[in-house]
Order: sequence, then C-alpha cells, then structure tokens
Amino acid sequence: MSKIIVMTSGKGGVGKTTSSAAFATGLALRGFKTVVIDFDVGLRNLDLVMGCERRVVFDFINVINGEAKLNQALIKDKRIENLYILPTSQTRDKDALTREGVEKVLNELSKEFDYILCDSPAGIERGALMSLYFADHAIIVTNPEVSSVRDSDRILGVLNSRSRRAEQGLEPVTQQLLLTRYDPERVEKGEMLKVDDVLEILAIPLLGVIPESQAVLRASNVGMPVILDEVSNAGLAYSDAVGRFLGEDIEHRFVTPQKKGLFSRLLRRSA
Amino acid sequence: MSIFNFFRAAPRASAVQAKERLQIVMAHERAGRSGPDYLPMLQQELLAVIAKYVNIDENKVEVKLDRGGDCSTLEVNIELPAREQAKAAAAAKAAEKPAGNDDAAAKRAAGNSGAKKRI
Repeated sequence: MSKIIVMTSGKGGVGKTTSSAAFATGLALRGFKTVVIDFDVGLRNLDLVMGCERRVVFDFINVINGEAKLNQALIKDKRIENLYILPTSQTRDKDALTREGVEKVLNELSKEFDYILCDSPAGIERGALMSLYFADHAIIVTNPEVSSVRDSDRILGVLNSRSRRAEQGLEPVTQQLLLTRYDPERVEKGEMLKVDDVLEILAIPLLGVIPESQAVLRASNVGMPVILDEVSNAGLAYSDAVGRFLGEDIEHRFVTPQKKGLFSRLLRRSA
Repeated sequence: MSIFNFFRAAPRASAVQAKERLQIVMAHERAGRSGPDYLPMLQQELLAVIAKYVNIDENKVEVKLDRGGDCSTLEVNIELPAREQAKAAAAAKAAEKPAGNDDAAAKRAAGNSGAKKRI
C-alpha cells in the first residue's frame, strides 16, 4: 500500500515545486519507488524543475479524461532508478480535476508505487484541495516571513477540515513543517523569524530547515533537483529531511551562521 | 560605526514584531474558524420562530458567540416592539416604528464547546 504525501503551503513562491522535486528524488535515491504529480493545472512547472519538459506527451488530465493510459503519461527519470513524474496539463484549467478522476489515478498508482508525492498549487482552490484531499502526510512548506506563516496556518486548517481523512473521521493527516529559504545570519541580526518562532506559532513538528542557497536557482536553471547537488547546503538539508521523514534521527544543520575564518572575513570586507 | 551608537538603545528587532503581529492576527483567525459557520443559519431560524408569534424588526436582532477558556456563551438579543405599537402596526400595516426599549428581551444559552485551535 503506498503512502500519499502532499507538499503544500497556501502561499505561492515559497518552494513547493523545488521541495517536491528534491523530496521525490530523495525518496527514490533511498530505494523507494516514487512518483511525483504536478497538481498545478494550467501552470505546469514540475517538468522544468525535474528537467523532463521535452519528454511530456500526455499528462495527468489526459489520464483523468481517459485520453491516455497512465503509463503513457508517466515519465521515467533518466538519472534515478525508481523515480517517475506525472506532469499536468498546460492548457486546461483547474476544473479538469475531478475528485473521482484524481482518486482513480491515485488508486492505480498506489498499486505500483511506495510513495505518491502531490505537488500542490498555491491557494486554497480546487487544485490545492484536490492535491491534499487524499493525503496521508502533509509537508507544509513555509518561509520565515509573516504572509507565508499565516497562509500555512490557513492550509493546516483546511487539512484538518476538508481532507478525506477529516471528512471520514479517520486518523488525521500527519503534518510536518519544512522551513525554506532560512537565512541564519539575518535571524541572528533579528531581521528574520527564528525556527522556534515559526514552530511556536504553527505548532507542528519540524521536518527540516532548508537554508537560503544559490544552489537552488542553479539547479532549477539546469533542470536538476537540488538534492542531487551534494556539495550544497540546500541539497544536504533536503537529504536530511528525507531521512527524518523516513524516521531517522538526524540533527538539524545550517540553522546557525557558519563560522567564518579570519581569511574569509577579510576577503568579504574587501569585496 | 561611531562609538555613540554603542550606547544607544538597539531598535526593536523586526523579527520580534513579526512574531507578535502573527500571534495576534492568527489567534483571531483561528477563533473565527472554529465554528460559527452555523451562526447566520441559527439566527435566521430563531427569527422565523419568533416572528411566528411576535412582530419583530429583523434589524434589531443580535447574535453573538463569545469564546472563553472552558465555556462559550451564545448570546441572542432580540428587541421586541412595545405592545400597543405592535398592535397598531399589525392593524394598520403601517411602516415599522422604532420599538420601545423597555420590552427588550435577552435570551442566553450556554454551550460547552471549549475553544479549539483549528477546525
């Protein structure tokens, strides 16, 4: 039986797609057969971030409408064994997502995959609601910034009232926080919310802290999930988060400013 | 940096303000989220029942939900028209007049739903 994860946030631009790509890749790297689905109908981008945009023929909506078979739409990742991408439609709108259609596709996928990761669109409309409805686990992507934190709280409310588990009175969807674009130096200066502040406000367990990193843009430029950049802090932080998700006990890194040697301090001053 | 800056009080960190503002706005939003979806309906149905027996002005009804720690209070305030006025109004089908305050009735019902964080 496969597990369904939703990567959601309420607010746009906080790193849902980047995190979905990284997380799905991380799960596949650890040997789990994983599929990542783009729920952002009309604004498809997961394909670009995963680097498979030129291989999209059929999509999620085609499968829902019976215009294509599931394995015609699934794209196998070229780098990682066990990793598949189900892209969405770029031309249709959110109404193309029906609950019955989504359920049918998820049921079919769950026969084959260990993990189904749903990349939610921003907002709390149909696409976002459909992506979280069937979830067993939710990863809430949040930036240490007021509007993102508020929207995350809103989406937690939606998860607790409008998911399948909530509606059917089952065990609630597990919720974990992924704090992205964290800048420890600005936190130290008092210019940015601390991890603990966000945790206190949202009151959900911490899955990981992803530091602000230039590697994220570099990775998306070339269509590579940032977790594959094994020398970057962001890549390592995602890898840790995947480990924690799977129950490993891994200490949080990159939450305090990295100590600079005298030499780099001098260089910085002159720069 | 001048040596004088050293003695000046540091400005309040903006992150502290961010946290305080979030805590206030979200306490408010969470309270609003947990429940009162049914309030407008409740108000309408209560009105319909009372209107069957008494001639009331719809604008003079107030429904309020206060959430306390252990106990929440549902307060329904309906202003009834003065007796003679009501009769006259009913007989003549005249335009509605402001009702007397002396006849105002307040009904209270206490619920026991504790304040939940999120629903």
